[in-house]
Amino acid sequence: MVVATCILAMSVVRQRLHDFMRMIQPDEKWDCTFFTRKEILRLHGRYHELAPHLVPMDYTNDPDCKLPLALIVNMPELKENPFRNRIVESFSEDGMGNLSFNEFVDMFSVLSEMAPRELKAIYAFKIYDFNVDNYLCKEDLEKTLNKLTKEELTPEEVELVCEKTIEEADLDGDNKLSYADFENMISRAPDFLR
Amino acid sequence: KKKRGNGRRKGASKEAGEGEEEMQVRPEKRERGKRRRAKNDQEAKGRERDEEEQTKIKSAKTTKTRKKEKSRKTEEEEGEGESEERNTKRKKKHGSAKKEEKEEDGGKQVRPESLSPEELEKLKEAVDERKKLIQGLRGKPWPMKKKLVTLRESQEFVEKYEGALGKGKGRKLYAYKVMMTKKWMKFQRDFENFKTACIPWEMKIKEIESHFGSSVASYFIFLRWMYGINMILFGLTFGLVMVPEALMGRPYGSIPRKTVPRAEEASAMDFAVLWDWGGYAQYSVLFYGYYNSQRAIGWLKFRMPLSYFLVGVGTVAYSYMVVIRTMARNANESGVGDDNSFNFSWKMFTSWDYLIGNPETADNKFASITTSFKEAILEEQESRKDDNIHLTRFLRVLANFLVLCCLAGSGYLIYFVVRRSQKFALDGLENHTWWERNEVNMVMSLLGMFCPMLFDVISTLENYHPRVALQWQLGRIFALFLGNLYTFIIALMDEINLKREEEKIIKFNITMWEASLYNSTVSENSTAPPVTIHPADVPRGPCWETMVGQEFVRLIISDTMTTYITLLIGDFLRAVLVRFLNYCWCWDLEAGFPSYSEFDVSGNVLGLIFNQGMIWMGAFYAPCLPALNVLRLHVSMYLQCWAVMCCNVPQERVFKASGSNNFYMAMLLVILFLSTLPAIYTIVTIPPSFDCGPFSGKKRMFDVIHETLESDFPAWFSKVFSYASNPGLVLPFILLMVLAIYYFTLAWIHSQKPLCFLFVCPKRGKQEEEQTSSTEGTNGSRGGQKSSLTGCRATKQQCFITGGRE
Repeated sequence: MVVATCILAMSVVRQRLHDFMRMIQPDEKWDCTFFTRKEILRLHGRYHELAPHLVPMDYTNDPDCKLPLALIVNMPELKENPFRNRIVESFSEDGMGNLSFNEFVDMFSVLSEMAPRELKAIYAFKIYDFNVDNYLCKEDLEKTLNKLTKEELTPEEVELVCEKTIEEADLDGDNKLSYADFENMISRAPDFLR
Repeated sequence: KKKRGNGRRKGASKEAGEGEEEMQVRPEKRERGKRRRAKNDQEAKGRERDEEEQTKIKSAKTTKTRKKEKSRKTEEEEGEGESEERNTKRKKKHGSAKKEEKEEDGGKQVRPESLSPEELEKLKEAVDERKKLIQGLRGKPWPMKKKLVTLRESQEFVEKYEGALGKGKGRKLYAYKVMMTKKWMKFQRDFENFKTACIPWEMKIKEIESHFGSSVASYFIFLRWMYGINMILFGLTFGLVMVPEALMGRPYGSIPRKTVPRAEEASAMDFAVLWDWGGYAQYSVLFYGYYNSQRAIGWLKFRMPLSYFLVGVGTVAYSYMVVIRTMARNANESGVGDDNSFNFSWKMFTSWDYLIGNPETADNKFASITTSFKEAILEEQESRKDDNIHLTRFLRVLANFLVLCCLAGSGYLIYFVVRRSQKFALDGLENHTWWERNEVNMVMSLLGMFCPMLFDVISTLENYHPRVALQWQLGRIFALFLGNLYTFIIALMDEINLKREEEKIIKFNITMWEASLYNSTVSENSTAPPVTIHPADVPRGPCWETMVGQEFVRLIISDTMTTYITLLIGDFLRAVLVRFLNYCWCWDLEAGFPSYSEFDVSGNVLGLIFNQGMIWMGAFYAPCLPALNVLRLHVSMYLQCWAVMCCNVPQERVFKASGSNNFYMAMLLVILFLSTLPAIYTIVTIPPSFDCGPFSGKKRMFDVIHETLESDFPAWFSKVFSYASNPGLVLPFILLMVLAIYYFTLAWIHSQKPLCFLFVCPKRGKQEEEQTSSTEGTNGSRGGQKSSLTGCRATKQQCFITGGRE
């Protein structure tokens, strides 16, 4: 009797697992990201944890559920990152930082260690581009620097560093960094992958 | 009609206005109804609807025009096969470089018989391209929604047409092949999932990473990788050497070499003796001396000596392969050399470690980034005054001289200590204290602990940039360990030679003893049965190989003990003291001296590398070494993970791990090479002991190969081999290999030149532009830019720049 109920319970669990997997379709996301099925399921757990009452477990009807920026940047992995707001914004479709589960998975896939350098470079450029004009102009650089040093440098120092950066990396002479400049500079950097 | 179609296509691809699109949409809707009549799939409709909703696709307009054309053509009821052909032709025309092009099929049912072979080929190409698209989907910087939609559509397309591609006789085989490929892909996917789940200690390392940054975590990742290598080595030695001898060889006590001699029997079980790897431990499968030289043992006819030899060679070969493979993989990832031209840019964009999740570490990281910026600014602001370069140079020379003195001193100390231990051994080990017995190992470990600190102090004289100073420090520690190891080996060689001298004497004694035995028995009884003497009583020849094995095992054990004890005292005890004494101490222990310790990444990595070197050296003479090392690494992992989380604080100067990765691999490779040298030397030059080991009785250890070739392989094989090993053949072969290496090196150098040119060129263009602009004004600058660009060969940057300009 006990055995029978155990088997029954297990089959129910397995069925639920199947349903669950079918619902969030990890195999599809497997092809679109760098994660394994187990990792995608784990990610869903984390996503759900952020807002248990908002996030549905059933994805068969393709619900349009987005978590706001404020919830996501409080994740322990992102909390200490000075660029967390920009990171979340650059992966969101509306540019305001509201992520659906697909975008959530996408974000972590690009940030993971399995993503290739070129892909990371593209998204890094988006992250550092604060005013979203496809160029890293001086204001973007200033903001980056201030976030990095928590505004410990004096304005003259900030000015100097930004000038030097543009001087070093700008190849077409327009006083701002386009994606080509950025990619040229970052592809030589030995420290970039992390 | 086709020509009109072409023209329209071209017009459409020039991204015509929206209005045209509108017009096309309406007839499409009409077409849809008609196509439904032609047995269209629901999918195709869904796809079209989706396509219309997708606004981000540049070539969406082209696909729509194609759809429109096609629908018009089908209205006119052309053959369905032809539409397919047009499909593929169109694809070719538009140059399938843009993978965003969606292949339109209009939902036609493709009858395979109606397609000619070349149409089939094109269809196959289309399917293959879709497959490639699916595989490359991860790396695309598209938003997730777009990726998912593309994925679904491509998968549907592939499924639809893959089945249809197999035609006629080959159809079944093709379908079978397709099914097997799908099953294989699924299997690969599951295997990948399984493999990721199998990686040990992943969560532990991730936790450490978030607390301490990537450089500390890189040590643990390195440790885990070493563990993997040692597992394989353990598998080889255990499975192919130790187990066969234990199971199928002659048991303990059956022959002299497998028995504890009568004189030592009393103390053979003592803990002190066992700890020293004597007694029963010495006469077991753990060491070389136990193995019998019988050519084939057991009912499997297992060739023991051959296996022993090949496993020894195999462990070295496998290690080489793995290290070089890892180096090559790392080399691809690192950038092109050490450029100082992007100093500030790199500091700005790559200095943040995205893996940090701990507030304390984050604070430290912020502080270190700020400091590094301030330093860089200072360097930039200061004019390059080399005041007193002579003083700096003198100080550096002095520092190097001091370091050399240290190294020489430590080498001599070790040599001295080893000779002393030999004297002690002659006196008999019982007469000396524990220290005197273990002097060699203790001295080596202590030197390894204190000399690096000394080097650190000396390096303050040199006044180098911190990163350069770190590299010098690592280099010196490396030289220290290497010197110590080799001195140790030289001292060992002396002992080996001593033992060999002894051997000659003992051989003589044994023959005398046997003769006397024989004489005495014959004199007693003329028909005496053969004399049976207990193996423990037979006089034994000295076994230098076992001695070497024992020395290495002792060295490794003492090294391990020293590491653990320094860990417990230096890190744990210190942390406890600082924590609890702080309440009742006059100055702040936590902020000032001694405070909590930091994790010394480079020191630990070097220790690990040298340990591995010792394993490689000694594994031939003591098959138990890989097993010991596996155990040791396992314990180390848990102990150090605990110690790091419990007693260490994040480093103040947070160095990134990346550049050093290949540096450590390079050191490992050098150590591997240097540690296999002594083993190879002893195998090739010194004759094996006559009384112990699997090669006893042979003139040289590698004779076992020769023997195997002669007796186990068919006759023609040995003939072929003897021809092949003829110097007349071997020398030209070596010459050929040298030439090949030379060619490849030159080719690589020449391939690097245009690469350097490509990298330098845009910069040069910019510099030239600045120069010309300063003299001639804006017009001249553009001219200057153009001329420098034409000088360069086509580069990505150049195209972009000229394109941008135009």
